[in-house]
This record gives sequence, structure tokens and C-alpha cells, in this order.
Amino acid sequence: MLALASALTTTAGGYLLVLAIILPVIGILLSLVIGGRHAERIALALMPVGFGIALAIAIEIWRTGKPLVYILGGWTPPLGIALRADGFSAVMLVTAALVVPAAGYFARANFQTPQGQFEARAPLAFWTLLQALWAALNIVFLGGDLFNLYVALELLTFAAVPLVCLDGRPETLIAALRYLLFALFGSVFYLLGVALLYGTYGTLDIVLLSARVRAEPAVYVAAGLMTAGLLAKTALFPLHLWLPPAHANAPAPASAVLSALVVKGSFFLIVRLWFDVLPALTIEAATSILATLGAAAILFGSILALRQERLKLLIAYSTVAQIGYLFLMFPLATGGHPWSADAWNGGVLQVLSHAFAKAAMFLAAGLVAESLGHDRISDLRGLGRAMPMTVFAFGLGGLSLMGLPPSGGFAAKWLLVKASVESGQWLWAVVMLAGGLLAGGYVYRVLAPALANGSTPLETRKSTSRSREAIALALAFVAVLLGLAPAGFFTFLQIGRSAAMAGLQ
Amino acid sequence: MSTAILAGLTGAALIGLGLYGLITHPHPLRKILAFNLLGSGVFLIFGIIARKGAAAGFAADPVPQAMVITGIVVAFSATALAVALLLRLVQETGRTTLRPDAPAKPPDAGADA
Repeated sequence: MLALASALTTTAGGYLLVLAIILPVIGILLSLVIGGRHAERIALALMPVGFGIALAIAIEIWRTGKPLVYILGGWTPPLGIALRADGFSAVMLVTAALVVPAAGYFARANFQTPQGQFEARAPLAFWTLLQALWAALNIVFLGGDLFNLYVALELLTFAAVPLVCLDGRPETLIAALRYLLFALFGSVFYLLGVALLYGTYGTLDIVLLSARVRAEPAVYVAAGLMTAGLLAKTALFPLHLWLPPAHANAPAPASAVLSALVVKGSFFLIVRLWFDVLPALTIEAATSILATLGAAAILFGSILALRQERLKLLIAYSTVAQIGYLFLMFPLATGGHPWSADAWNGGVLQVLSHAFAKAAMFLAAGLVAESLGHDRISDLRGLGRAMPMTVFAFGLGGLSLMGLPPSGGFAAKWLLVKASVESGQWLWAVVMLAGGLLAGGYVYRVLAPALANGSTPLETRKSTSRSREAIALALAFVAVLLGLAPAGFFTFLQIGRSAAMAGLQ
Repeated sequence: MSTAILAGLTGAALIGLGLYGLITHPHPLRKILAFNLLGSGVFLIFGIIARKGAAAGFAADPVPQAMVITGIVVAFSATALAVALLLRLVQETGRTTLRPDAPAKPPDAGADA
């Protein structure tokens, strides 16, 4: 039980985990107390520091090859609460630490406090909520206790919902309210599952639970309830109804963060639950259901994306489809088969590459909407000439969604297709290839008019700032670069996973 | 029937009623109330689990009680946020449903609905 003992003692560098959480919280408190235009300065000043902390955590894990652990207040679980970071957590922390600042620096133009005014409502709300969202995400990635994670999920929802309706238009209010109702349904189901697990085993610590869990009815019910709740928050088909209006109506930097990170927060917990808490269950039926829903999401989301008139709605429906890919990893990565590690790596790589690609595409769409005053796809003729960098960023993001080499999306889908062929589960490979073709279709629908020669030069209402275009392009480049991830990256991802679950490598 | 089983069945009934309301009612205020009913059912289940004393064989395990308190705070904030959004929606449009095609009511008629 050496592994168990090391999971219950604070490691060197464990304080970094606490810093990663309290830094954005300090930012929120300072922003609220000092207020006004300082909120923006505080948020932007703390972002590089937060990135440094996330990077330090990743380096520390890389150096020691072991997860970081911090036991809060010195009270060991089951009574106390642990923060833990393994390879997967570290990669997610770094992703959040890249996307949140990118959205932040992009949003400076959207959420400036007007000159001569001490405080304006939307900017103050945006800068504090963005930091709150980051803090909640970091707790989700680091939490080692299922109830603690429930609170983190709720914080994430409470930060994400108001971001949808910052401009106060009625359709954004409806979208936000619908999002909140779905999220509340999800969290209360998750909480009920937590109650059942606590009642059965007397602990909610992930490591302790994984050692105690046996295949018995209460655990199956708890797993079903928690998964159903998390699916509502992750917007897996058929619980995706809230996502397109919420993500399409939010301001562009908020959409980028919501699509790239917030849905991944609850997905992260589903992965934690099935691979770290419940590996003892025999779950073929459950994983097939998840993957079937994922396959339906890919087809349904892609076809609906093909039919959208507005650019931001197209991107939002594409998120519904790309979330589907994530769930194909479940039947392929469970069971400790030779292909399991590939499938797991593919799923995680899809999380990362979609995060960067989608953030880039939403920011690019935001720039298009700002400079044209609309985002109707049919009226984008000649856009490539007016805003070449933005269209290039959109195209590179689309490359990753389609899964064309060389891109993170290609590497992810390649690993998943490879695993599904090796395991003889051909159906998932067929769905993934069809999804790639459909993604090609909806990306083409935007790029074809954008790159066509407009008969009249496109009228832009205002010129776009180069630096904001560069932010979108940089994110798209990261999505592409993920396709060139070396083998060491996947070794890093596997740090902290139990050998049995990681498969025979 | 022991008290614990009775409480458990009550919790289950509350959860069922809340879930039914949350899914079937088109009106957001009723959905919010249904969510609270559902939450109360879950908290009742936590209460029974505390009674069981699963952790250390206590007569009453304090950990689930702490969780219920946290859960109530979270549910309260969620309700406050949802009601605030709904009030804002009524102020802006006079509508009290989420259906985009629903006819708008005059603002003062919708406010007390």
C-alpha cells in the first residue's frame, strides 16, 4: 500500500497547488474591493503569474515523475481534504493558464471601463467572473475529494452563467437561464451520487474510494447518477440543448472560455470518476452507452452545424459534435487492454486540441462580427482579403476539428481510430471518419465564401487590431502544434495513473 | 417501518416529484421551485446517511451534516442567481417562459406571475 500512503502525505512542491487556487481568488477579492478600472489591471497582471504557477506544477511533476499532493491543514483523508495533481491535471492547468489569459488580453477591447467613469457594470463583472472561472477550473483539476469537486463544479457554473448574459439582451438572458437550469439538474444528481458513495464507503477521497469500491448496487446507482449529472454539464447529446444558444450569444472572449474550458471541467470529472474512482466496476454496457451518445452527438452536432446561418452558432454546434469524440474513449480506454493507453491519450489530446482550436475559432468569429457588424455566413464573401489573419486562424482551428494532419485533432482522432480498429470496435472508427468529413463540410462552408473573390470589396465597419488577431492565430497554432506532441508528452500524461488502468505499454 | 426507511422514502419521493417538475414545467419559476424540492430530497438522504454513521461508527456522523450545510448554501445561491436572471428577463421582455415564440406580456402583468 505504498501508493496509498504517498497519496495521503504532502509532497515537496505541494504548496504550488494551493497557490494555483488562491491566486485567482486573491484577484477576485482585490477586484471587488478596489473596483473600477483596477479590476482589469489586477486580472491581467495576475494572469502571467498564474501561468507561471501552472507551469511550475507541470515541471515539478515532470521532474519527480510522481503526482503532487497537498493535504489541507494537515488533516489526512478521510476526515481531511487532499489536493492532488497528476499528469492529466497538470496538462489541464497549463491549458487553462493559456486560454484564460488569451481570452483576457483579447477582451481588453470589449470590456474597457469607459474614460471618465470610475466603474462600469459589464467590465467589472467580466474581469471578476473570468478570474472566478479560472479559480473554479483549477479546483476541479486539483480536487481530490468528490464533495469538494461538487462545490468546484457549482462555482464553475456560477461563474460561467453570468458570462453568457453580460450584455443583458433578452435572448442571452434566456440562454443563461436555460444553461443554469440544466446545470442545476446536473449538480443535484451528482450530489445524490456523492451521498450514496459516502453512505456506502464512509469516504469521498478519490484514492481511498478507488481502493474500497466494489461492484455492488449502491455504487452502480451512484455512478449512473453522477455520470448523468456530469453529462448535462458537459452537454453530451441529448442534453446539449442549452449549449448552442449559450455559447453563441455570449461575448466572444466568454464563448471561447466556455467552449474551450468550462465543458471540459465536467468532462474531466467524468474521466476521474470512471478511470480513477470506479475502475473496479464491470462497465461494458455503460461505456457503450456513453460512446453511442457520443457517436450520436458527432453526427447530430455536425449536421446541425452544416445548417446554421450564423457563424457563432455554427461553431457552437461544432462544439456539440466535438464533445461527442471525447466519449468514444470510454469503451476503448477501459479494461487495461494493449490499446487502452492509446485510446486514453487520444481522448485527452482531443480535449486539449479542441480547447485551443475552438478558443481560436470563437475569437476569430468575434473579430469578424465586430468588424462586419454581423456574422451571417452567406455575407462573408471577400473576408479573406479584408481580414487574412483572422480567416487563417479560423482555418487552422478548422483543420484540427476536421482531424487533418498535422494537427492536434489529427493525432487525437488517429489514436482513437487506431484503438477502435485494434479492439475490433469498428463502428466508432466509421463514426469518427464520417464526423471528420462533416466537419470538413461545415468548415468549408465558411472558408469557401471567405476566400472567394468578392465582386465588391467587403465593407468593414472598423479595422481590427493586429494584436487581437495574433491572439486567435497563436491559439490555433497551439492546436496544430499538439499534433507534433512527442512520445514524452504521453508519458507525462500517464504520470499518476495506476498501472492496471493505463494498460500494458 | 423504521424512521430511517420512512425518511429515505420521503427523500426519494421528494426527488421524484422535483425531477418531474423540473422536466415537465415550462415555467422557469416552477422549475426553480422543483429544483429546490429535488435538493431537499437529496439533503434528506444525506441526513439518513449521517444517522447511519458510516465513517467511524459515530452515533451521528458529523461529516454529512457539514456537507448538507454546504449544499444548502450552494442551492440557495443557485436559486438566487436563477431568480435574478428570471426577474431581469421579465423586466426586459415581460415574458415568463423560455420558449422563444411565446407571446410577450406587458411588463407589469408578468412581474407578479
